[in-house]
Order: sequence, then C-alpha cells, then structure tokens
Amino acid sequence: MTGIIDVVYAEYNYWIYVTLMMIGFYAMIAKKNLIKKVIGANIFQTAIFLFYVSLADITGGTAPILVGGHGGEHVEHAADVIYTNPVPHCLILTAIVVSVSTTAVALALIIRIYNEYGSLDEDVILAARKSLQPEFSEYARQKEVIDDGGI
Amino acid sequence: MVTEINSIIPLLAVLVSMLASVLILAFGKYPNIREGWTFVAAFIKFGLVISMLPLILKGNVVTYTVVEMFPNLPIAFKVDAFGILFAITSSFLWIFVSSYSIGYMRSLKEHAQTRYFFCFAIALSSAVGIAFSANLFTLFLFYELLTISTYPLVAHIETPEAISSGRKYLTYLMIAGVSLLFSILVVYHYTGTTEFSFAGIAGMDAIPQTTLVILFVTFMIGCAKAAFMPLHAWLPAAMIAPTPVSALLHAVAVVKAGVFTALRVILYVFGVDLIRDSGIWLYMAYFVSITIILASVYALMQDNLKKRLAYSTVSQLSYILLGAVLITPHGITGGMLHIPYHAFMKITLFMCAGALIVTARKENISEMNGIARQMPITMLAFTVGALGMIGMPPVGGYVTKWFLLLGAAELHSMILIAVLLVSAVLNAAYFFPVIYVAFFKKPDHELKYKEAPLTMLVPLVVTAIISIVIGIWPDAPGMFLDIVNIAVANVTGGI
Amino acid sequence: MAGFEIITNNLPVFAVVVPLIAGFLTPIVGWIDRRLPWYWVMLAMFVVLLITLSNLVTVINSGTIHYKLGGWDPPFGIEYVIDLLNGFVCLIIAFIGFMVSIYSVESVKKEVPGKTTQFYSVFLLLITGLMGMTITGDIFNFYVFLEISSLTAYALIAMGDRGDGVVASFNYLIMGTVAASFILLGIGYLYAVTGTLNMADMQNLLPSIYESKVVLAALAFFMAGFSIKVGLFPLHAWLPDAYTHAPSTASALIAGLMTKVGVYAMIRFMFCVFTPAFVIDVNMTEILTWAAALAIIVGSVLAIAQSDIKRMLAYSSISQIGYILLGFGLVNVIGITGGLLHIMNHALMKCALFLVAGAVFYKTDIRNIYQFQGLGKKMPVTTTVFLIAALSMIGVPGTVGFTSKWYLALGSIVADQWIFVAVILVSSLLNIVYFWRIFDNIWFGHPHEIENIKRDEAPLTMLIPMVILAILCVYFGFFSGYPIEHIFEPLAKTLLGLGGVP
Repeated sequence: MTGIIDVVYAEYNYWIYVTLMMIGFYAMIAKKNLIKKVIGANIFQTAIFLFYVSLADITGGTAPILVGGHGGEHVEHAADVIYTNPVPHCLILTAIVVSVSTTAVALALIIRIYNEYGSLDEDVILAARKSLQPEFSEYARQKEVIDDGGI
Repeated sequence: MVTEINSIIPLLAVLVSMLASVLILAFGKYPNIREGWTFVAAFIKFGLVISMLPLILKGNVVTYTVVEMFPNLPIAFKVDAFGILFAITSSFLWIFVSSYSIGYMRSLKEHAQTRYFFCFAIALSSAVGIAFSANLFTLFLFYELLTISTYPLVAHIETPEAISSGRKYLTYLMIAGVSLLFSILVVYHYTGTTEFSFAGIAGMDAIPQTTLVILFVTFMIGCAKAAFMPLHAWLPAAMIAPTPVSALLHAVAVVKAGVFTALRVILYVFGVDLIRDSGIWLYMAYFVSITIILASVYALMQDNLKKRLAYSTVSQLSYILLGAVLITPHGITGGMLHIPYHAFMKITLFMCAGALIVTARKENISEMNGIARQMPITMLAFTVGALGMIGMPPVGGYVTKWFLLLGAAELHSMILIAVLLVSAVLNAAYFFPVIYVAFFKKPDHELKYKEAPLTMLVPLVVTAIISIVIGIWPDAPGMFLDIVNIAVANVTGGI
Repeated sequence: MAGFEIITNNLPVFAVVVPLIAGFLTPIVGWIDRRLPWYWVMLAMFVVLLITLSNLVTVINSGTIHYKLGGWDPPFGIEYVIDLLNGFVCLIIAFIGFMVSIYSVESVKKEVPGKTTQFYSVFLLLITGLMGMTITGDIFNFYVFLEISSLTAYALIAMGDRGDGVVASFNYLIMGTVAASFILLGIGYLYAVTGTLNMADMQNLLPSIYESKVVLAALAFFMAGFSIKVGLFPLHAWLPDAYTHAPSTASALIAGLMTKVGVYAMIRFMFCVFTPAFVIDVNMTEILTWAAALAIIVGSVLAIAQSDIKRMLAYSSISQIGYILLGFGLVNVIGITGGLLHIMNHALMKCALFLVAGAVFYKTDIRNIYQFQGLGKKMPVTTTVFLIAALSMIGVPGTVGFTSKWYLALGSIVADQWIFVAVILVSSLLNIVYFWRIFDNIWFGHPHEIENIKRDEAPLTMLIPMVILAILCVYFGFFSGYPIEHIFEPLAKTLLGLGGVP
C-alpha cells in the first residue's frame, strides 16, 4: 500500500489539479444554477493553471532572474544556478486573461438571461422557453399547417 | 476499324434544348414566342442529331470531350450506332409532342405552362445526353438530371395526390440513382475507367464472381427507370402527369433512358462474353420474363386508360431487356429495335388517350362506349398502335417480336418462346376490349363528331403512319434496322 | 519604396492584423456615421481577401511561407507558417467573410437594430480569431486565437433572437470553455514532454516518445476538445440552438466557417503535430470514422424532424461535418482529398443556404418551412439559389456536393470500408427527404393562391453574394479537376507524408 501513497505523494500537485478539475467539471455539468456553472468553469480553468505552474517548478530552482545580473562581473556563475522554467508562467498569464474574458462574457450573458426570464435556474428558464413556444412536436406543427390548408 | 471523329455536334445537340429552356423562361409571359422557342429547339436538335447519322452508318463514332471533371473522369460524348438510335427516337418525337403539348395545355388551360415547357426542354437535353454519353460517369450526370427535371412535370397539377405520386416517383428514381452511383464507383475502383467499350470494359472479368453478381444487381436497381418488376410502381403513379409528359417521357425518354442504360451496362460495361460466361443472362432472362407476363396481367385489370397503357409499357420494356440478355445477335437486334418501334407505337397510344381526355373528358375505358363515333380518326390511330403492340403485321411491332422469337429459338428455350407468345395473347386481351368498346358498343347518349384540335391530331396521325411504315419497310436504307445492325455488329464483334 | 516592401514582407501577418485593427477601429468609424461600418467591413474583408490570395499564390509558386513574428527565431518565437493547407483554408475564410459582409447590411439593420457598429466590430474580431487559428504555427498562440474566435462567436450569437439567443450563447460558452480547456490541457501535456510550442518542432520531437502515455492523453484531449468545437455527433448539443438563434448573418458566417476551422485544426494536430502513422496506430482514425459515420446518419435523420429552416440546416451541418471527418479518418489519399474538397464545398453550400434563410426571413419573417408556399413566385432568384445549393447538398452531379461525395465514397471503397459507402449513399437519400419537402412547399403550393403573389425579391446586396456562391457551387461542380490535381491531391499526399509538394 505504501507504494500507492508514495506515488500519490511524489506527484501530489498533479493529483490536486486533477481533483480540482473534476470538481469544476462536475459543477459545470451538474449544477442547475448558471452562476454556479460559471464558478465551475473558473475552477476548471484554475486547475489547469495550477498544472502549468507546477509543471514549471524545478526542485531547488529559483526565480528565472539572472543571478548577479546588472554589473555583469558575476555572470560566469550563472550556469551553476538552477532556474525554474519561465515559459509556462507566461503562457498562463495569457490563459488567465482569456479565462477572465470568458467569465466576463458569461456574466454579461447571465444578466441578459436574468432580465429575460427572471431566474437563473436552468429548469425554470427551460420551462419559460417552452411556454413561449407552445409545445408542439415538429410533426404536430407540420400537421397543423396542413390542416390550415397548407401543402 | 472504327474511326473516331472529333466533333462538337454531340455537345451542341445536348445543349440546344438547355439553351431553349433559358429562352422559354425568359419569354414566359409571351406564350407564342415561348412555344416558338420550343419548336425551334426541337427542329435544330433533330437536325443536329440526324446530321451525324451518315457518319455513324459508315461505321464511325463521333467523340467530344467536354471537360475533365476529375482526373481521369471526363465528361465526354461518344456517339455510336446504339446511342444515335435512342437520340433520333427521342429528338424526332419531341417535335410532334411539342405540337401536341401546345394543343393539350391550351385546351385544358393548364397553369404553370412556362415551368412545364422549361422542364420538358431540360428533360429532353438529359435524354439525348444519356444517349451520347461516352462513359458511365457522364451518363449518371444526365440520368440524375432527367430524374430531377421530370419531377415538376409529374407533380404538375399540384394536388396532394400529384405531390404524393411525385414523391413516389422521386423515391424510386433517387434510390436507383444512388444504386447506380454505387455501381459506377465499384466499376471505377476495379477497372480505373468508366468508359463504354464495345467488348465490355477491360478488367471487368477480374472482379470476383460474387462481387460481379452483386454489382449486376445494383446496376439493375440503378436502372429502375426501366420499370421492371418489382421496381415498376413509380410508372403507373407517374400517369398523374399531363398526357404529353406520359407520352414522351414515360413512354419514350425516361423509361427508354432506363432501358438504354441497362443495355449499355449489359453490353458495353459487362460485355457479351462476360454476361454469357458468368451465366447471369439466364437468370436475368427469367427475371424479366416474369415482368413481361405479370405486367400484362396487371394491365388487364386497369380501367383507367393511361394506367393500362402504363402497365403495357412496363411489360414492353422488359422485351427490350429480354432481347439484350438473350446475347444472340438476333435477340439483341430485337431488343434494340424495340426501342424506337415501341416508342412510335406507344406514343401514338398515349396521344390518343390525351386527345380523349381533352376532347371527350374521358379517362376510363368503361366510359368510352362508342367513342369512335365522336373521334374516329383518333380511335383509328389508337387501333394502329394497339395492333402494333400485339404484334400484327403490317404495324411495326411484329418485326421486333420476330427477332426476339428468333433469338429465343436459337437458344432452344421453349420457356422463353412460350413467354413471348403468351404475352402476345395477353396484349390482345387488354387492347381489343378498348377497340371493341370504342367502335362497337352503343354510346350512352348521342355523340357528335368532334375531334381534338389539329395541333394534337396531326402528331398522332403522323406517328401512327410512321408505325405502319416501319412495319412495312423495316429494312429501308438508313432506317432503324440499319442502325441496329451496326450496333449489334459492334457488340458481338461482327456477324 | 521602403513602405511597400514592409507590406510585402509582412503579408502573412497582415491577414491577421488587418481585421484585428479594423475591428478595433470600427467603433470610431461607426461613431462618425452609423452607416459607415458596413463599407468599412467590406473594405477590410476585401483587403484580407487580397492578402490571403497573394499568400496562396506565393505558396503555390515558391513553397511554404515561414514568417517569424517580431523577428524571433522558432522554436522560441512565434512562427506563422502558411502552406497549401492553411493557405487554402485562409482563402475560404476571407472569401466567405467577404461575401457575408456584402450581404450583411440589410439583414443586420433588421435583426440587430441599433447595434450595427458593435456587430461589425465583433464580426471582424471573429475573422481575426479564425485567421489566427489557421495561420499560426505555434500551438499556444493557436489556443489564444481559438478563444478569440469563441468569445466573439458567443457575442454574435447572443445578439440573435431575444432570450433564446442568449441562452444558446451561454450553453455554447459552457461547452466551448470545456473544449478550450481540454485543448489547453493537451497543449500543457505536450509542452511538458517536449519543451517546445512550435508545431513543426514538436512533430520532430514527438516520435521518440510516442509510447509515453502522456502523448496519448494529449491526443485524446485534443480530439475531445475539437470534437466539441466542430460539433461531432455525440458532442453536438450546443450547435443547433446556436445556429438557429444567431442573427442570420452571424449564422451564415459561423456555420460556414467556425466548424471548418475547427476541422482544419483537428487535421493540423492529427497530421502535423502528431504523425499519421501514430494516429492510425492508436486507432484514433478508426474511432473518428465511426463517430463521423454516426454523425452523418443521425444528423440527417434529425434534420428531417425539423420545421425551422435554420435548425434544419444546423442539423444538416452536423451530418456534413461527419462527411469531412470521415474523409480524413479514412487516411488514404482519395479520402483525404474528398475531406479537403468538402471543407471548401460545404463552406460554399452551407453559407449560401443560410444566406437564403436570412433573406427569406428578412422579407417575410418566416422560418417555418411549411409556410414557404408560393415563395418560388415571390422570390425567384433567392429560391433558385436555394435550389442549387440544396441540390449540391444532396450531391447531384454537376454541383460541388457531388465531387466530394464521389471522392469520399471512392475513398471508403479503397479503404475496403463498404459500410461507409452505404452510409454516404444513404445519407444523400436522407438529404433528399429533408430538402425536397422544402422544394415542394416553395414551388408546389396551391396554384390559385399563387396567382395573387407578387414578385418581391430581396435587396441586391443580399442577392449578389448568394448568386456568386450558387454560381461557384456549379462551377466547381464541373471544373474541380484542376484544383484537385494541383492542390488537393498533392496536399493529401503531403499530409500523409507520401511526398508531393513541400
């Protein structure tokens, strides 16, 4: 059993991100409230950001800033220093911007939906949409047109 | 031996009615000019087709490649004897039916006449396109175009019944189209070409036997336009169309296109040898025999004259197929010759039926007591057509029956001979009552002489006369028998 | 002429930059005069069209264009690569975008009143996103553009039918976010194992670690993400609502382009980030073909059940996407040629059909196909365009739909997959069913009622693009021999790594 625990522990960052991602995914799909769906989406995306960020980390590494930069006299030691990988951080900065924009659009849509239907509950909205369009099966609709003298 | 002459005439012959259709649409508001274009196109088309006849009679073929649609798959025309046989038949009869259509449509004050003439012209283009196709691919193109352009003609009167008949028509023919496409794909996959060849496409014999049989079946489903049983139901349904449509399209252009395609497939794709060696011919012969007999029986049961004629067409088309699968030169001659012969006789019959509808407003045989007193000329023409169908000299029908019987006799097949004879008896059984009712039964009330308008009467008389001429003098130089002989010599490798 | 040289040297990037800048300038233009944005968008799209055309010509004449963004060398900098594949997709985007922009003026005025400036601004940003997705050779840059195109699409859809449009947009947003996150995750996996973000570089590095489960997981994430984006059958739920309730102009644009670019991206990842051999090896192509075959049938069947024309066209899109993916899933030259052809063909046909639906709605406020009676007399040109495009969808020979159907069916035969031949042929029958009832309604109404209908055609700005698309549908139906021989077949060979043009 220790084997499994070791495995989990050694890569705990991945386990955390997967757990978070699943929580977010669940919320997006199963929650009826639109705001909760958006929160789920945010958790989902944040989990991926965590994955990226933890990916960049190297044990014992330091921030990717040139050690003893500035003057230039100590630069020859730079090769001995381990830096963490800066690229995923940059990528994730972009991804965060994207995520924020998505959230903004989603919230804007939610406001419009609320104004229209007076609710944020998916079931209520669905019922409201159905009541707006009388519940005809497509076939019944077709039949109705025929009875009206169509075709 | 066969020289290929490159000429643009086949393309022009196809396009002429296509162009006319545009003009018809443009002049839709002026009926006289509109129908003028129909006539001009009909004459030019026939002129173009007939201008190639001397070359064909010398044993040449006329070719023209329009465009390479895909690599190795050109849209191309190749006019050979068999192709021109069908082209002459349909383009020649278009002239008469144009005249007849004008009389018919105007007498009944039909709506949407522009659409009618427009679709008619396109359908004719497609029929000639099928006749001149150099490969299966081009043929398929026109085959589909023919289906689509005839749908508005079938559903012309726009009643729910007409629409549902149109749907039936479309369902059968579109399934056929898909099946044909499948078969073409398979042929292309195995042989790398779809071009017709006198001895069958090279490489067909490399296809495994089972696949070959399946391929033959899908091809035949693809030829559902030939209306053999059990794929015939669309044809009686299509009789809801105006009579000129039934006359030209459902007695000549569409159904003959189906038969033509079937013959092209049997003789020019599979090839005589392959059909004989694989044993397919025998099964096919029995299969179409069933249609010949059964359709005649169905015809007996119809009271509606057009439907009776439709079932008669179903039966007669299978004669042509039977001729082709007999494989002997005489059989093939009989089959091919039946294409123009049946066309002339059946179009006469249909035009008479249309004249009855327009003038006497009668569609059912039971209402036609003594109708010959009112319309003697029409009924005489009808009699000529009916005698031809039964196979009585001197009307044309006996010539083809003779060849078919010869073909069956050469194979020593008593069954097939019996089929042909029984069917002749059945033909008589469903045509004579009509003639009897029309001439000898007492009319229910006094009938005065009143014939159909001249635009209708002249065409049906002319076709009736031609039906007799081709019966009396079938071997006139340059006539159908000459053309057929060349075609048969091509596919059987010389007699 | 130093200025001129700057432009010619940077043409690849201008395809993205022009719509981007034009998009941001649109509000200013609209502020000057509310009628101006339309002219502005047309101008911008025309410029983009010229740029993409010139790019494609350059590619055909002198091979793949590699453009280093900001002068940084790949794999560190972002590289824009234009080869035949995306050169051709870019041209389609620019062309369809241009056509739709011409069409848009009246329709937008009616359906998004008071918001035309915003609409056009977002319109151009959508084009930016699609262009960027197509043109970039950097996998993360791709993700950014993917999100740009998605966000703008959400906005466009939300401008549609009141209420319904917003809900459709929200549902699309949730699905789209899941898809984009999957793709982001896949990118992360690949970056973790290769340390690069450049597609070409990645393709070189990946083969040595193909047995790694991480690579397989990345592929799975990509395929799942893109499947949502293109609306592949079991993941299509967002698509019908989104297409139906968007404004007509947006529907045409999104239906014509969004899914095509999604498909392009899927192909790019399958064949140019991974290798065909690997994708075949892990059975991904087989899964793809079966999903595609299901999509073809189910999409067509569901389309038959619809009475709203836009919804019907949306379901038909689902089935047509199946065609394209089926072609690629067959992984033989003929099948892929068919898939590539169908990208172009479907863009032409479906865009034309949605434009027709929009024009009819503009004139009559009708979207229910059972109320189309007499339309043939009222709007003869529009309905003729519909006829041509619909026949093309059915696959009648002489139209573009037939060419791709031919190649796809032949490809299935070559791959010895007879069931897919049957699927393709049956689906064309189903297409007949759902299009023909519309024909019946348009041309075969009650004759006596039709007599009273007056001709009332859509405005010229709508007719011109529709007619051009219809003409192209027929033109490429007859004359696709040349492009097939010189673009699509070599391209298919290149994608499969069989040589051909570089």
